[in-house]
Amino acid sequence: MKAKIIITPKKAVLDPQGQAVLNALEHMGYEGVQTAHVGRYLELELAGNEPCTSQIEEACERFLSNPVIEDYRIEWEENAEG
Amino acid sequence: MTDTLQVSNDSPSHKSSSKQLQFGVVQFPGSNSDQDCIHAVETMGHRAGYLWHKETQLGNLDAILVPGGFSYGDYLRAGAIARLSPVMKAVADFAENGGLVLGICNGFQILCEAGLLPGALIRNRSLQFRSEFVHLRVVHDQSPFTSQTPEGTLLRVPIAHGEGCYFADQETLQEMKANRQILWQYATADGALEDHANPNGSVEHIAGICSKHGNVAGLMPHPERACQSLIGSQDGQRLFSGIVDHLTQSS
Repeated sequence: MKAKIIITPKKAVLDPQGQAVLNALEHMGYEGVQTAHVGRYLELELAGNEPCTSQIEEACERFLSNPVIEDYRIEWEENAEG
Repeated sequence: MTDTLQVSNDSPSHKSSSKQLQFGVVQFPGSNSDQDCIHAVETMGHRAGYLWHKETQLGNLDAILVPGGFSYGDYLRAGAIARLSPVMKAVADFAENGGLVLGICNGFQILCEAGLLPGALIRNRSLQFRSEFVHLRVVHDQSPFTSQTPEGTLLRVPIAHGEGCYFADQETLQEMKANRQILWQYATADGALEDHANPNGSVEHIAGICSKHGNVAGLMPHPERACQSLIGSQDGQRLFSGIVDHLTQSS
């Protein structure tokens, strides 16, 4: 099983990187982009084919994300059979 | 602003106190202010030794400094991996027992990640790495770390960081204010809290804070790099002399 973890800055937290990306897109002429947020992406390959949601959630809260400034979400992907 | 280089005799401010204190300076892979911290303590006539990150026994220490640098390459988040080091468990126990712990720059980030201090440090609002002298305004002198600097004192010290923008949510900030946990704010040379004097966009111009019980503190600027006028400022000594004064008074 593969856990895909997407970490983004919380709404209340300044995101100067997202703002810089948004400004650049505007300068390039891409219209209609309203917000941009820059976060982090992790992939964890796990043994077995059962999602172990509670364990990965715990790891996200204790270590992989910082709950003071970040939100996370987990997407699961089954390993392709060899 | 011009800085005149004054070569003066930086005599230890506390040579009159007979007790020599022992500081521990934590050393992670990627620490780079550890030697500066040792030098600052020794300049003041006290002793300091390194604490390797794998250490689990601290020995007999009076205070701990968690120095700046880029521990573990700042991988994942600044301080996120360092705070899992064996030595940090010992540092947390030391703090739990009331010991004085000061985190500087990356050390501040590590103490926040470890939950020993509230809030977090994020990318500078300007997205620039800022390396320059700043002015800090002392918020109050009721802390061991500010006891030698009356409220409103201005300290000229250097910063060198890319992720020093302090953030805490409103509820946490209210609680911190009620407990007088904000110790230093970025200010102009005249002591005014203005946005242009805030080098990283920190909420409420916060440069440094302390824990609820007051014995753990952290700040982004580098007082240990401002302990001799030969290198531009001696103001950082006033922070360390607060620690020394507190420890020699309480013993």
